[in-house]
Amino acid sequence: MNEVVISVKGLRKSYDGVEAVRGVDLEVGRGEVFAFLGPNGAGKTTTVEVLEGYRGRDAGEVSVLGADPTEATRAWRAQIGIVLQSCVQQKELTVRETLEMYAGYYPAPRDVSETIELAGLSEKADERAGRLSGGQQRRLDVALALIGDPELLFLDEPTTGFDPSARRQAWETIAGLRGLGKTIFLTTHYMEEAQELADRVAIISAGEIVAEGAPDELGGRELAATQISFRLPDGAVELPLAIAGDAQVADGRVSVRSERPVEALNALTGWALERGIDLANLEVRRPSLEDVYLELTRDPTGGEEE
Amino acid sequence: MRLVLHQFRYDQKVFWRNPAAIFFTILFPLLFLFGLATFFGDHRISALGGIKVSTYYVPAIIVLSIIAATLVSLAFRLTQARESGLLKRIRGTPLPSSVFIAGRVGNSLVISAIMVVLIGGIGHLVFGVKVPTSTLPALLVSVAVGAAAFSCLGFALAAFIPNEDAAPAITNAIVFPLYFLSGIFVPENEIPDGVLKVAGVFPVRPLFEAIFKAYDPSTTGSGFALGDLAVVTVWGIAGLVAALIWFRWEPRST
Repeated sequence: MNEVVISVKGLRKSYDGVEAVRGVDLEVGRGEVFAFLGPNGAGKTTTVEVLEGYRGRDAGEVSVLGADPTEATRAWRAQIGIVLQSCVQQKELTVRETLEMYAGYYPAPRDVSETIELAGLSEKADERAGRLSGGQQRRLDVALALIGDPELLFLDEPTTGFDPSARRQAWETIAGLRGLGKTIFLTTHYMEEAQELADRVAIISAGEIVAEGAPDELGGRELAATQISFRLPDGAVELPLAIAGDAQVADGRVSVRSERPVEALNALTGWALERGIDLANLEVRRPSLEDVYLELTRDPTGGEEE
Repeated sequence: MRLVLHQFRYDQKVFWRNPAAIFFTILFPLLFLFGLATFFGDHRISALGGIKVSTYYVPAIIVLSIIAATLVSLAFRLTQARESGLLKRIRGTPLPSSVFIAGRVGNSLVISAIMVVLIGGIGHLVFGVKVPTSTLPALLVSVAVGAAAFSCLGFALAAFIPNEDAAPAITNAIVFPLYFLSGIFVPENEIPDGVLKVAGVFPVRPLFEAIFKAYDPSTTGSGFALGDLAVVTVWGIAGLVAALIWFRWEPRST
C-alpha cells in the first residue's frame, strides 16, 4: 500500500450503552477508492463520522492525514472534503454563489467554474439550489466537497434514494474523481456501487468488519464454487454421473455447485446432446458480491437489521 | 474579519431573496404600524400625559421589529439550517464557528438597524411622531442592547425547538403573549398593573419601556432607562449561556 492516509485500530463507540462500533481496524492508502459496505445500522456512519471529526470515540487509535480527527485544526479541515448523508444547501443561493461562499472558507480553493463543470452542473450554474433536482443537489454537495481541493474525500451514502439513472450519473462523477488522484472513502449499502467504484471494500456488520479485500476477491469469492442450474423435462431422467453427486433437485430444477465448472458443464452438455434433452433455463453463475454480502451480513437471529 | 464580511455578504443575499423572511421581518411590523397608527393615531392617551396613540405605537413597533429581526428570525432559520444538515456541513469546513455565528448575528443587527430607521422615519414623516433628539443616544443604546440580547435568545430558543415544523408555533407561542402583555399591541393603560408587573420580569416589556422612554415627550434629561436595560441584559446573558450549553449543530434525527 502507498502512504497510509487513514489508519484505524480497535475503534469502539457506544450510544446509550449500545455498542455501534466494536473494534474496527482499517487502513486506506493515498489515491485509493475505499468502499465501506454494510446494512443500515451496522456502524458505517458512526465510523465515518469519527474519521471526519464529528464524533469522539470510546476506544481505539485513529489517524487521518496524520492527525487525530478529535483534535481537528482548520488546516486539517482544509484537507478533507465531506458529502454528508443528507444535507440541503441554502435554496436562495445559486450553484455558483454557494461554491463561491464555500471557496472563501479554504486557503487554496479550486477554481469555481472548473469545479462546477467537474460535478456536471455547468448548465445549472446560475440556478438557485432550491430549484435543483435531488440528483443535482447531490452533485452540488460533491462540488462543495471538492472546492477546497482536499486530499481526502468522505462520501457518506452518496446515492441513497436515487433512481437508477441518477445513480449511474453519480457513479460517473465519482469515477471521474479518481482521475484527480484523491483518496476516497465511500460508505454505501449498495453492492453494485462498491463493485463499480472501489479498489477495496470492507464489509461491516453489527459493528464489526466481517470481510475486506478487492471487490472480486471478497469473502473468498474468487475461489468459491460456481453454480450451474437448469430445468429438466417432465419424467424421471438419470443425471450424468459426473455431476449427480453434487446435484440438488427441487421442483424439477436442478442445481449443481461445482469447483470445476468446465468439466461439469462438458459432462452435462454432452449428456444432454446425446439424449436430445433441452436444458431449459440453463444458468451458470459465480457468487455475486451481493451473495457474499448477504451471506456475511446475515443476522443470525433472522431479524431485520436496523 | 475579512471572513466575517464574506459570510455576512452571503447571509444578506439569502435573507433578501427569501420572501417569507422579508414578509415576517420587514412587512409584518410595517403593517402593524400602519394599521394601528392609521386607525387610532390621532386619539390621545390621557393616562400617559395626553400623548398621541401613534407616539405610543412607533416605539412599540420598533420593539416588535427588533424581536422579529433577531429572536424570531434566528430561531426559525437556525432550526431550519440545523435540521437540513447545513450547520453540520459548515462545521466540516475550516470556517470557524465564531465566524458563522457572527455572520448570522450581524445579519440580524443590520436588519434591526434598518427597521429602526424605517419605522422612526415613517413615524416622523407619515404620523408626525418626532424622532428623539436629546434622548437619541438613549434610543440607540436601547436598540443595540435589545438587538444583542434578543439575538442571544434566538440562538438559545433554536436549541429548544425540535424541528423545522415546530419552529413557528413555538416561537409565536412565546412572543405573541409577551407582545400583548407588554403593551406592544394594546396600550399599557388598558392592561392591569399586575399583568404589567409580571410582563416586566420578561425581556419584552423592559425593552419597550426603555425605547418608549426615549420617545416619550415628557421624558427629561438623557432618557436612559438603566434598570430596564439591566433586565434586558440579564436575559441576553442567560440566553448566551443557554446557547453555549445547549446549541446543537447536528440534526435531531441523527
